[in-house]
Amino acid sequence: MTLLFNILAQGVQMLLVLALAPLLIGFVRKLKARLLRRKGPPIIQPWLDLIRLLRKEVVLAENASWLYRWAPYLIFAMIWVAASLVPTFATGLTFSWSADLIAIIALLGSARFFLALAGMDIGTSFGGIGSSREAMFGSLAEPAMMMIVFTVSFVAGTTQLSEIAAYMVANMELRASVGMALVALLIVAIAENGRIPVDNPATHLELTMVHEAMVLEYSGRYLALIELAAALKLLLYLSLIACVFFPVGLASHDAGAEAMMIGLCAYVLKLAIGGGALALFETTTAKMRIFRVPDFLGAGLMLGLLATLLVFVTRSL
Amino acid sequence: MNFASKQIPAQPSPPTCLPWPREIVDRAGWLAFAESLARGERELLSLWGESSSVHMAVLEEREPRLRIVTLDCPKGSFPSVGRLHPPASRLERAIRDLYGLRAENAPDERPWLDHGRWGVRHPCNDPEKIDSASDSYAFLPAEGEPLHQIPVGPVHAGIIEPGHFRFSANGETVVRLEERFGFVHKGVDQLMAGASIERAARLAARVSGDSTVAYSLAFSQAIEAAFDVNVPPRATYLRALMAELERLANHFGDIGAICNDAAFALMHAQCGIVRERILRKAASCFGHRLMMDRIAPGGVVVDLEQENVAALFTLIEWIELMTPRLIALFGDTTSLQDRTVGTGVVSEALAKQYACGGYVGRASGRTFDARKAIGYAPYPQLTFEIGAAKGGDVDARVWVRFDEIRASLRIVRQILDEAPEGPIIAAWTLPEDWTREGAALVEGFRGDIFVWLRIRADGVVQRCHLRDPSWFQWPLLEAAIKDNIVADFPLCNKSFNCSYSGHDL
Repeated sequence: MTLLFNILAQGVQMLLVLALAPLLIGFVRKLKARLLRRKGPPIIQPWLDLIRLLRKEVVLAENASWLYRWAPYLIFAMIWVAASLVPTFATGLTFSWSADLIAIIALLGSARFFLALAGMDIGTSFGGIGSSREAMFGSLAEPAMMMIVFTVSFVAGTTQLSEIAAYMVANMELRASVGMALVALLIVAIAENGRIPVDNPATHLELTMVHEAMVLEYSGRYLALIELAAALKLLLYLSLIACVFFPVGLASHDAGAEAMMIGLCAYVLKLAIGGGALALFETTTAKMRIFRVPDFLGAGLMLGLLATLLVFVTRSL
Repeated sequence: MNFASKQIPAQPSPPTCLPWPREIVDRAGWLAFAESLARGERELLSLWGESSSVHMAVLEEREPRLRIVTLDCPKGSFPSVGRLHPPASRLERAIRDLYGLRAENAPDERPWLDHGRWGVRHPCNDPEKIDSASDSYAFLPAEGEPLHQIPVGPVHAGIIEPGHFRFSANGETVVRLEERFGFVHKGVDQLMAGASIERAARLAARVSGDSTVAYSLAFSQAIEAAFDVNVPPRATYLRALMAELERLANHFGDIGAICNDAAFALMHAQCGIVRERILRKAASCFGHRLMMDRIAPGGVVVDLEQENVAALFTLIEWIELMTPRLIALFGDTTSLQDRTVGTGVVSEALAKQYACGGYVGRASGRTFDARKAIGYAPYPQLTFEIGAAKGGDVDARVWVRFDEIRASLRIVRQILDEAPEGPIIAAWTLPEDWTREGAALVEGFRGDIFVWLRIRADGVVQRCHLRDPSWFQWPLLEAAIKDNIVADFPLCNKSFNCSYSGHDL
């Protein structure tokens, strides 16, 4: 019975992230539109767009290789798995033991690798531009991410995300190192998801694109999968920030349905707050120059490094 | 498309043009003008062809400010001005594409507007049938190991006009940008030849939609000069009112769009509100959002009702309230300033050499403004200051636009206060004696629009040349983007906001 409940909870988590991801994008768009005094599309618009794309015919370049056709499935699968491993409403779900935080980062890195390859596959100049920019950002964002992982792992004494979250619930206290890691993670999250000021998800200017440039040639169900994967990635980062740094309301796997319902409500609330903060931040800032981004990510890397050092120093005292 | 050339039989005419006489020169005289352009003693205003002659309009330092010279070229060629003065190069290529007159020893012999897809060569002058649909075009080389080319357009990801941009880049740094246009060539010159005044006025108003008032004004002024028509004072004031409303709407639109290209959508939304209110007010005052076809030779076709004066005052007051807020939003957003300052610099020397008008020229220290320099009515009666800056970067071009917005607001106030009563259109008839020529230089929001036309006494246009300010701004964009990064091009391009349609004709 417990096993059945656990599997059910894990299933709910997997479907929950899938259902919520486009809604989060829609929520952020709606909020940004309202901040600009526009009405904005309905919150479910990203879902409607995905359904529209799934129905559409795929237009493939003549010289597209197998990689180009397979990449969307691979990317979507990797990011969905990664997003399902991050605790949302409860810790210690059935699959959570199968991969630790480093594995999640590796999944995201692999997805980036395939997307960058797919961007270059057809050989258009925009795909190449997008891939080279993405690689430049990734080479700085990933080390920063590793530093953040080390920090929280040292604090919690494990790399298991579920256990880290459980530890954070049990030991809610202010730590300078964790605070620095949070700022670093926010920077990485903005860069990884291609949000303003690093990239503009709403742009139509092909020369300034990063993520959009790589997927410019995709259409139909392939594009739908990539869009859904991008939405999942944003949700993943928000969930990660929420479960490690703001674990309020997070239920444990044996706490029962009621606690999980509370956890779910807390989770949705946290997503709304995160999405709101993102919309507000994006409205008040312009995009930075491409070559300013390494400085921005470098600050994230340094903060992550400092946080790790700080944990080391305070542990040995 | 019908490119059959229309041969309009000429009538006897005194070889003169109003208000600036047209002088006939020989080859030596033509070359002397070209050399003085190269020395910077004069500024090139335009260069255009006809069946067997080429004309050149130049700006002088002293009175008369404008001179038009003509060289007959019976052998179908003329000494190249572009060889001595590069700004003339593209105009010469366009003359060759449309009229088949060759510039001797020209630095660039490639076609410009003609992509080989019209089925004819030089459609305006004795067209020659070709059956190739080839489109080979050699872009200028940029050599070096790490260089790669990025072709952009003519179809873009956004809904903008078509133009091709060929970047040679070293990583992200642009080594060379080469533009290629002609994708929106509509054959305005051919359509103009043989058109009635009424039809020609409608054509002129549609050359570049965002400058429709300025084009109508320039065309009407040229007609009025040719036939010596006196425009009633009230009409001149109403024309200026429309021109300034057009300027305001476009400048607000541009400022918002520039900021939007730096992903600062807030400014775009706020400027969009201001622009939309101006357009709606224009629609309620003059019956058309862009005020298209409201200016006709002789005056204006719609009068401003008394109740609309009060409404315009309310609008102006509101814009005067909003402008400082928008200025603060632009100037105080450091992330935006970081993008605009130092990006896409146009040197003062280049702006002077290309006689670049409008905000592009003014942001680089060239303060020419046809409203002041030519001083057509009613501007000499109005007080205003034209914008000026020296930086030459994207930031400077935005600040010049803000300066112009302030000037336009001031002008609109004065017009609403001082506009005299009276008729709005002059009653005039065609004199039916001989063929006339007229020219006009009018300040549109982009810069000075030059019009020259020859018109028969029965009101049939023989040749009408419309020169958009973009002719001298597009080449500077190529210079501005050099050594910038590829990703900054949209921002630079938007800060120029040149016209494709007005350029491709």
